[in-house]
Amino acid sequence: MITGAPPIVTGRMAYADAHTLERYLATGGYEGLRRAIALGPDAVREQVDKASLLGRGGAGFPAGRKWSMLRKADVSYLVVNGDESEPATFKDHLLVERDPHQVVEGAIIAAFALGVSQAFIFCRGEFALGLERLQQACNDAYAYGALGTGILGSSFSLDLVVHPGAGAYICGEETALLESLEGKRGFPRIKPPYFPAAIGLYGAPTVVNNIETVSNLPWIVVNGGEAFAALGAGSSTGTRLFALSGRVERPGWYELEMSKTTFRDLVYDPSLGGGIRDGGELKAFIPGGVSAPWFGPDQIDLGLDQDAVARAGSMLGSGSVVVMDDTTCAVRAAWRITRFFARESCGQCTPCREGSGWIEKMMRRIEEGNGREADLDLLMDACDNIAPGVSWPPQQTTICVLGPSIPSSVASGIRMFRDEFLLHVKEGGCPMRAAR
Amino acid sequence: MAHLSDENLERARRLVAVYPEPRSALIPLCHLAQAQDGWLTPEAMEDVAALVGVTPAEVHGTATFYDMLHTEPVGRHVVAVCTNVACMLAGAYELLEHAQERLGVHAGQTTDDGEFTLEEAECLAGCDTAPCVQVNHRFFGPLDAASFDQLVEDLRTGVLAGQVPRHGVLCRVERTVGLLAHEADDSGVGAGEGSAP
Repeated sequence: MITGAPPIVTGRMAYADAHTLERYLATGGYEGLRRAIALGPDAVREQVDKASLLGRGGAGFPAGRKWSMLRKADVSYLVVNGDESEPATFKDHLLVERDPHQVVEGAIIAAFALGVSQAFIFCRGEFALGLERLQQACNDAYAYGALGTGILGSSFSLDLVVHPGAGAYICGEETALLESLEGKRGFPRIKPPYFPAAIGLYGAPTVVNNIETVSNLPWIVVNGGEAFAALGAGSSTGTRLFALSGRVERPGWYELEMSKTTFRDLVYDPSLGGGIRDGGELKAFIPGGVSAPWFGPDQIDLGLDQDAVARAGSMLGSGSVVVMDDTTCAVRAAWRITRFFARESCGQCTPCREGSGWIEKMMRRIEEGNGREADLDLLMDACDNIAPGVSWPPQQTTICVLGPSIPSSVASGIRMFRDEFLLHVKEGGCPMRAAR
Repeated sequence: MAHLSDENLERARRLVAVYPEPRSALIPLCHLAQAQDGWLTPEAMEDVAALVGVTPAEVHGTATFYDMLHTEPVGRHVVAVCTNVACMLAGAYELLEHAQERLGVHAGQTTDDGEFTLEEAECLAGCDTAPCVQVNHRFFGPLDAASFDQLVEDLRTGVLAGQVPRHGVLCRVERTVGLLAHEADDSGVGAGEGSAP
């Protein structure tokens, strides 16, 4: 790691057999769980609070605070969210395939800290190999004694179910995920209640944590919350798994110390992104998944820091960075992202269901050369109907945040590259087509 | 075949038993039915409905919400080409165009011999190997025209049969261990007592 921070969730990735119990045990596996059981649930929660671990799914909510909201009840659940579907995000894919025991151990530690005896890992259905490895890890963990009745000789018992999704972006939204886990369509639930910690799976209090979030727990318990919080800066503590894609020489996953590393490091450092592909020029980048507003080259020196990115008008989101260069058509990129939202809108809320479709059609007609100058204002008006003011963080007219994510790419495109949109109208087509 | 086989009915009952409420098994059972027939037949949906205690219409209505569940027949190999933004920036549309020519079908169609269904997919989380393709949800990438042709050839000749089971077969590792959710029988199957390999 370029700052000298230790790898926290990718320490085993160098081993081809990192997914096996043998390798996991040989590299410190299940030591976090042993330590957690020795410490007791209160002390584990205290360490996670000290670590200031922010949720790694996209919203960045403090994990310790989420845990503290769990309503006391006879039955409560832990659900680990591995339904990773935000375009350009592939960190959970890596973690379930390459280090599934770390996910399982993290889930067990979380369940222990929460006093939960039934947990689920909701894994994206398209991760066939990931599902196989998670199920194998789960089977092996039972045989080893890390799951089931009387875990590692203690009085703590836990059952863990690996649950396959079936392909729907919306199920990454935690209340939609719970609906799906109940065997229904993935329709996000009306808020309030805002958190499943009050009313979750089968109406019982439920904590939903991301795969990467729980993958940090074994390290935090072994090394202490303070050691984790000593990395990074401000509220962005620890390391984070960044997914870099688009027009760079070395797309891939990179675990980096938060805040101390910048977008410039990620994109240009020879050990990381290695610069723009084919020696091109940086045109724009998406800092945290396609729901996030775009940044121009002037923001490249920002730190990989949740608050700094928020102050600059976007979000670090799911930690996925998409790089566009001078061969990238801004209209086409924004159109393709909009088409994704139009396809994945669950259809419950009118602004999202209708708005995404209309915006996608208008964007496509501009890209194909049938647009009008007035379409730009019309597009912004449609965005305004979904997220009034088209500002960031967005205003919401819908049950969940899929709707207000739609304007991000369209508004970024129009605001940053208005001339390029107008050129499409004037020239009756995409001026970049020849460059592809 | 259309209804779930006796063996799969037994598997299905074990899946239902791992959940606190039977309906939670609906999607896993749909995957099981797809593993048997390659797609979700109306008869299998009737079986799933009976197993989890809902109507066949509810199973159908739920299944059609999800991209992976097919209520119409598909090919032995479902080839999904991602065209979302990260793959698009690496030439995914050019790859899709080539795939359509190579297979002789448009996205959404199946070849006459039933070998291949071509799909244009949303982001599959393989952006570090863009443009990426999944065949029956196994990853390949980055691919260009030549490596795509080789992939199709390998799928046809069965070279990849071990890595890519036929469409519908998702997780080949079965749950072999006990649980706490249903301790009504007080069997207390748990640590060390399961039949883990």
